[in-house]
Amino acid sequence: MKLTKLSALLLGCFFIANSSQAMDLTVVSWGGAYSKSQINAYHNPYMELNPDINIIHDESSYEAVAKLRAMREAGNLTWDLVDAVPADAIRLCDEGLAMEVDVDEILDPAPDGTPASEDFGASLVSECFIPQIVYSTTFGFRTDVESWNGNEPDDVCDVFDLEAFPGKRSLEKRPINNLEWALLCDGVAKEDIYDVLETEEGQNRALAKLDTIKDEVIWWSAGADTPQWLADGEVVFGSTYNGRFFALIEEAKQPVKILWDAQVFEYDGWIIPTGLPEDRLAAVLDLVRFATDTQRLADQAKYISYGPARTSSNALVGEHATLGIDMGPHMPGHPDNAYNVFFFNYDWWADYRDDLDAKFQAWLAN
Amino acid sequence: MVSVDSIIGRNSLHRKVQRSLRIQKLRALGLIAPLFIFILISFVIPIGDMLFRSIENQLVSEVLPRTTEYLKSEQINEDWEPPNELFWHLYVDLAIATEVKLHTRVGSRLNYEKTGISSLFRKSGRSIKKFGADDYRKALTEQVPELASIDYWELLAEGTKYGYTRDAYNEWKKRLIENDDFSEKTKPSDFLFVVLANDIKSPGATPTQGTIPEEKLLPVISELPEIRFKELFLDTDEDWAEPDVWDTIQLYSPSFTNGYYLNSADFKKGSDGPELRPENERLYALIFSRTLFMSVTITLVCLLLGYPVAYFLANLPMKYANLFLILVLLPFWTSLLVRTSAWKVLLQNEGVINDVLVAIGLIANLERLELINNQTGTIIAMSHILLPFMILPLFSVMKTIHPSYVRAAKSLGATPWTAFRRVYFPQSIPGIGAGSILVFILSIGYYITPELVGGTTGTFISNRIAYHISSSLNWGLGAALGSILLAVVLALYWVYDRVVGIDNVKLG
Repeated sequence: MKLTKLSALLLGCFFIANSSQAMDLTVVSWGGAYSKSQINAYHNPYMELNPDINIIHDESSYEAVAKLRAMREAGNLTWDLVDAVPADAIRLCDEGLAMEVDVDEILDPAPDGTPASEDFGASLVSECFIPQIVYSTTFGFRTDVESWNGNEPDDVCDVFDLEAFPGKRSLEKRPINNLEWALLCDGVAKEDIYDVLETEEGQNRALAKLDTIKDEVIWWSAGADTPQWLADGEVVFGSTYNGRFFALIEEAKQPVKILWDAQVFEYDGWIIPTGLPEDRLAAVLDLVRFATDTQRLADQAKYISYGPARTSSNALVGEHATLGIDMGPHMPGHPDNAYNVFFFNYDWWADYRDDLDAKFQAWLAN
Repeated sequence: MVSVDSIIGRNSLHRKVQRSLRIQKLRALGLIAPLFIFILISFVIPIGDMLFRSIENQLVSEVLPRTTEYLKSEQINEDWEPPNELFWHLYVDLAIATEVKLHTRVGSRLNYEKTGISSLFRKSGRSIKKFGADDYRKALTEQVPELASIDYWELLAEGTKYGYTRDAYNEWKKRLIENDDFSEKTKPSDFLFVVLANDIKSPGATPTQGTIPEEKLLPVISELPEIRFKELFLDTDEDWAEPDVWDTIQLYSPSFTNGYYLNSADFKKGSDGPELRPENERLYALIFSRTLFMSVTITLVCLLLGYPVAYFLANLPMKYANLFLILVLLPFWTSLLVRTSAWKVLLQNEGVINDVLVAIGLIANLERLELINNQTGTIIAMSHILLPFMILPLFSVMKTIHPSYVRAAKSLGATPWTAFRRVYFPQSIPGIGAGSILVFILSIGYYITPELVGGTTGTFISNRIAYHISSSLNWGLGAALGSILLAVVLALYWVYDRVVGIDNVKLG
């Protein structure tokens, strides 16, 4: 008797859940403050305008490539839109897991009519990639290190200067960026770095430069490591994403400063998985069109210090939503910060990543 | 006298007994069937599939059938130059592959073996669309408008005359169908016209009656500019002239490869057999030996720490023993991540342990101990996490050792140490065996803790496996490393069985 009541109840719930015509869209991103900024700037306003769409958040971007590949093999696609860095977008595109898109067709032009492809410009690094933001990987340092005698690093090569700036450093546990910085500080001109890095001698040269500080380096693999270590005093110097530093300095009020020299610009954006059924694809395209328009991209900068990928959004960047700080000077692309920048070379790394990673890991392990 | 057998029939009784036994067996099988099927579906099949990937290599020959077929008979050395014909086959293969974006998959597959192939394929896939095939399409359809419809090609593909065209068309169609892109309205791709033109003008094809009005097409075809594939490919990327690239394609043409296993043993597949990698690329032998070393150390630490605790617990009265047992289990119920993070707080340079040592003056402030982000960190944190797996089997075995044995030994004149060594300890060995094998096998495949506290020298092979599965996407290499790990564990288990004897292992 009880059982029938229960099952009737369950059945009822099932029908109620199904009766509302809401469509669930699973949007995958990186989690943390970044996801929050997307929810505030894109998803919540979109759901207000479209009550029949319900956006579900998944924080699996970190392993998006592997998961999408597994989904294809299992023949069961459960994601609708995925936030990815260009390197992953290129991989997904190569594997046929991300859809090729024509940005002028699926995205809105700028308010002044500039087509999306021009507005996004250089950030369109792959046929499958729909850019959102520009961020940078750069260094931060503690401002209260006694042994530095009041000096502050102003050059990326100060990372390699253990005499003037002693103390532990944190670097990312992968070759990307580290090898470029090492060569730059070993006297290689910026424009020659990738040519040098293609050769065996160049690679050894970069690793030899890193050898000079290897004993003083703690290697991070999560973006939150460096800010945590800087706050704890575990390291005095470390690389991470500029948005993490912003949170550490402006929100957590830690005695840390950003060193913008030789910051590495990188984009982040959406990819649409291939193989979505038509109705879902239509819904996703509508969401993407909304989330990448000029105003929405500028809105995101209210919540996190990452720059909008559209040129037309830059003028609209205003103040932080809760802190009330003018966000412009905190953007990696602000003229005061972007005096010496690197552009992440995706094509090059797509080729050399596996090879150099093996060498880098062998170097680390020994 | 009439025997009982003859009355009921010996055979029929025998059969009945047999039958009821069989039914019993089936019933027993039926009971374990759910578990068996569950294990089969959720464990054996996926793991088998994963291990299969460590030798599987069908992608290259499937996507580049003509190229790999041609390369089979080539002797590639440093002075070898790729012939024109090879580029023709490559063009057809790539043209089909680009339609469904398979060329980039082959590119990234081969890029694991030779750096640069990934972009070589990506670039070439883009540029072959500009090789001039559309001129062929325009010229041919102008003469024979039916060529623009897919039905006509279907008819062509049924004939046996133009073998190359037929095969290329069928493969192209098959790929599109796989991709759900094929319908009656599909337009024949540009490259097909080049292939057809080539078949028509090739000397072997005698103009006979067929579906194609060759006499109409031949003059047009001879007027069309010849596509110089080799030049065009080399213009796209000079790497196509490199014997190394072709050598790699040739080496990885077979459907099965030992390349992944060679890679995981720090070897490289070369045209003259396996060769050892240069010293700065050797990684896996080191990590495997490190994994074994740390697992053994962790097992020993757990045994040294766990044995006295288990002894203490086993000899307490039941009500106290339960209380202390909860203390042992309490951390066991805490999330693994929480415990590992707690160790980070304790062990780091500015952490609790170092602060205390500095405060009591044992070490100087500038000589803080490096307890984390190295092997020490991994061994400390993992020993703590795996300790309950040692204590519990030891405890349950020790519970069964009756105290009267030791008392008897003592009353016969043994010192406490002798009594322990000759009477108590041998009886606790099954617990040691069980605890050690549990801790060892758990630790050899550990992943999260070494990732968080291991730094660069304290990571396990499973961290590399995870990297290849989720980051580099080199699943073949990940699978090869995984199966080697499995083989190592099985081999150690066998050795263990020979030395200690698996019958000597007891969980209670």
